[in-house]
Amino acid sequence: MNALPALAVAVPLLAAAGLVAASTVAGRRFTDVWSGAAAVVVTALGVALLLKARDGTVLHWFGGWRPHRGIALGVDFAVDPFSAGLAVFIGFLFVVAFAFSWRYFTVVGPLFHTLMLVFLAAAVGFSLTGDLFNLFVFFELLSVTSYALTAYDLQEEGPLQGTLNFAVTNSIGGFFVLTGIALLYARTGALNMAQIGQTLAGHAADSLVVGAFTLIVVGFLVKAAIVPFHFWLADAYAVAPTPVCLLLSAAMSELGLFALARVYWTVFSGALDGADEALRAILVGAGVITALLGAVMCFVQRHLKRMLAFATISHAGLFLCGIAMLDPVGLGGTAIYVVADGSVKAALFVCVGILGHRFASVDEHTLHGRGRDLPISGTLMALGGLALASLPPFGPFLGKALIEGSAKAHGYGWLAAVFVLASAITGGAVLRAAGRIYRGWGVRDDHGPDPYSVVGDEADLELDASRDVVPRTMTIPAVVLMIAGLGVGLVPGLPDRVQAAAMRFADRPGYVATVLGGRPSGPLPAAAAKGPEALDWLFGSLSIAGAIALAALALTHGRIRAALAPRLERRASAALTSLRALHSGRVGDYVTWLVVGAVTLGGLFAVTIG
Amino acid sequence: MSASTRRTVFLIAGAGLLALLLYSYAGLPDFGHYRGPYGDILNRVSIPERQATAVVSAVNFDYRAIDTLGEEFILLAAVVGVATLLRRLGGEHEEEPDDETTGRHVPSASVATGVAGLGVVGPTVLIGLYVVVHGHQTPGGGFQGGVILATALLLVYLADHYSTLRRVGPMWLNELAEGLGGAGLTLIGISGLVFGGAFFENVLPLGSMGKLLSAGTIPLASCAVGLAVSGGFALMVSEFLQQTLVVRSDKGSQQK
Amino acid sequence: MSFLPFAVAAWVLVVGLYGIVTSRHLVHLIICLSVVQSSTYVLLLAIGYKSGGSAPVFADQPPSPRAVDPIVQALTLTDVVVGTTVTALLLAVAVQLNKRHGSLDPDDLHPLRG
Repeated sequence: MNALPALAVAVPLLAAAGLVAASTVAGRRFTDVWSGAAAVVVTALGVALLLKARDGTVLHWFGGWRPHRGIALGVDFAVDPFSAGLAVFIGFLFVVAFAFSWRYFTVVGPLFHTLMLVFLAAAVGFSLTGDLFNLFVFFELLSVTSYALTAYDLQEEGPLQGTLNFAVTNSIGGFFVLTGIALLYARTGALNMAQIGQTLAGHAADSLVVGAFTLIVVGFLVKAAIVPFHFWLADAYAVAPTPVCLLLSAAMSELGLFALARVYWTVFSGALDGADEALRAILVGAGVITALLGAVMCFVQRHLKRMLAFATISHAGLFLCGIAMLDPVGLGGTAIYVVADGSVKAALFVCVGILGHRFASVDEHTLHGRGRDLPISGTLMALGGLALASLPPFGPFLGKALIEGSAKAHGYGWLAAVFVLASAITGGAVLRAAGRIYRGWGVRDDHGPDPYSVVGDEADLELDASRDVVPRTMTIPAVVLMIAGLGVGLVPGLPDRVQAAAMRFADRPGYVATVLGGRPSGPLPAAAAKGPEALDWLFGSLSIAGAIALAALALTHGRIRAALAPRLERRASAALTSLRALHSGRVGDYVTWLVVGAVTLGGLFAVTIG
Repeated sequence: MSASTRRTVFLIAGAGLLALLLYSYAGLPDFGHYRGPYGDILNRVSIPERQATAVVSAVNFDYRAIDTLGEEFILLAAVVGVATLLRRLGGEHEEEPDDETTGRHVPSASVATGVAGLGVVGPTVLIGLYVVVHGHQTPGGGFQGGVILATALLLVYLADHYSTLRRVGPMWLNELAEGLGGAGLTLIGISGLVFGGAFFENVLPLGSMGKLLSAGTIPLASCAVGLAVSGGFALMVSEFLQQTLVVRSDKGSQQK
Repeated sequence: MSFLPFAVAAWVLVVGLYGIVTSRHLVHLIICLSVVQSSTYVLLLAIGYKSGGSAPVFADQPPSPRAVDPIVQALTLTDVVVGTTVTALLLAVAVQLNKRHGSLDPDDLHPLRG
């Protein structure tokens, strides 16, 4: 039995336990090297797994408990190229994050690195597992480590409150997932995803299956920050330390959507067969609302990290639209989009981290024109803004084109307009920020501190004392991430291979035969993905033009609303104020919206599927 | 939203959630008629296959040991998280809890409490160790026994002074226990990989049911988990006590 | 009558959420979160129960088909650990918030908004 899947989780866990045991004697340099090495090892194991998985799904049954006449007795890791690819991406992000933290903190014991290593192990385990309860355990491990990491900067009040909102909403999401798992266990008597999927596939979906589906989907959508479960994300990502932010934004939200795809395809696709149309409509609806709301909220932010957090939310909505197509083409496009977009967002968070490190502020107006002597960061942020607006022919553009192709095939051609709008607005926000900070463009705003947030100026972080020079360990990660994000679109043959991997991911009968029946799955099927067409280039150019236009408008007028006619401006301001008031920062409001969203989704599912 | 609006919205949504839950629970098998195969199979085969009479522990430390590994590291992460959150920051210093000039007077326990508490510490440790070590035979195991062991340390604080607690259970010892427990469980898993081919494969001799040294790696895993849990909870309690009793702001003596 | 345990589980979940939403004290809110979690314990254990069943411990009795399901008990054990750890983390957050802010009213805590 192949040991690689187990090692990919065991190595970082062992490294973390070692750090805890030696925490009184571990020095700073030792901790950095030790954790960095562990992350590199995990990435290498992931690459080895990916290469092996192309020849057939890699299975590891823990404890040696193989299935007994189609009944799984133990827990398994079932690694197909999709899961392995995700593990490689996560390992890569962690290597970069550790490199960035090298000079980011001054005084820190090994506690930070311990938490990061456990986070890494949880994320890898989450991607590789084939057992539903094991998925929940890694989900909770992921969550607990991220709560602790988010609260790391204790000098301000913001991190504590952000952690509170984060922890309460995500814990409730976790309990919903567990309730759903309990329901499925009661019906099928199994916790193995293949076995549950097989047992459910024979029958129509009744109230229990619909309820379990709702609960599990809601739990994962909370993690993925889809409206109306998204409120916690902006609070949490705005206050977490930068190395953590880049991991949360690039990896954690995507893991929620990955779990959604995995659970849908492996567990529910048999039982929900025939409800495709309705499911697609509901999920696309949620995705579109998220994309547009996130984009608008992104544009009005002054706090750079909060702006990027809302950009994450908006793009998560776009990812959901891709997955909602419920076919391998859309899934493959989403995978490419996730990796490219995630890397770009991580690079942007690093740039913001550089600004915070140098000037002790991440407020766009406070930083007006101060970034003039940071040419590399400035170029990267501008590039990032263009990439978010899907600059052809690079990574995000490619992913989007593939999703739009799949959407057209299912009658959702109008989704292209949503993609253009969301990308233009989020990209425009970043471009505006880049122009204002690094070139000093735009009307100088003397309105004083941000009335909405008191945490834009990060005083007193436990940062490195020498702030006059940006260390190379900070710029190099940003450059590497940006190259990775853009370069994904330039790898020849990638769309074909990703689509083939997606076809294997979506093949439930094949998965069941491999996991429970022991039949080797064989190499990936051949696939020919439809590349970007002329229309996609047109849409890409439209969003680029839109982003530049929005940024220019915002810079010349101080705020875009000033460019509108007075009556329109009043209406827009009123709408915007109510929208911002909804994001009140109060955990009670967030939980209420969570329940409202859960009931709405449950009602929709019950009516259309049950 | 104002508080009353929020309550109204939630009452409506909550009623909807209750309806949704009851609607899906209606599809559950009747209470008392569990029929799934997984539990029945394990009840049947756990003794022949693993010589473990407590099936729940066999599930935790053998059949689904990877879940236990994840769970133990959740505990480790939370303990590290609590230590991170309650750490002493710049602008704070530590003072002894019974220094009267700070205005925070920590009363010492009465003699009766002291004697009773300290008298119970020994038996508690013994029971904790018993529960940990016999996890594969009787209800119990690493988690339950570890909590009992951590309680023994808390009894020391309740019966005596905070300084005694620090002397008996110093931070470095708790951290060492926590780390060793976590590393221990992972190493048991890896040894299964090295000697058996699968992570957490039970590679030690199984002995015969009812004996202390039976069921292979299950009692070992139970001990590793017990070590980690007792160290972890003791660490958490110490961190909370340290933050509330000892750490003071530098801003002068008129705090609170 | 045989539906009662499941109805209790559903009720406890909703009541716990109500407590979180209307809470005016952070410690109360955190405890309500553990109430929400205890609904999952009730559900899990009720699912695994067999009428007239015995514990799945065979140290003093032979293995019996009437023993209740050990899997849900193991799942509940994991669940308890998860809940305890989240509660501990949140209580540590509450301790620090009280130190910095002086108040534990969740509605007063909103430096991040908009």
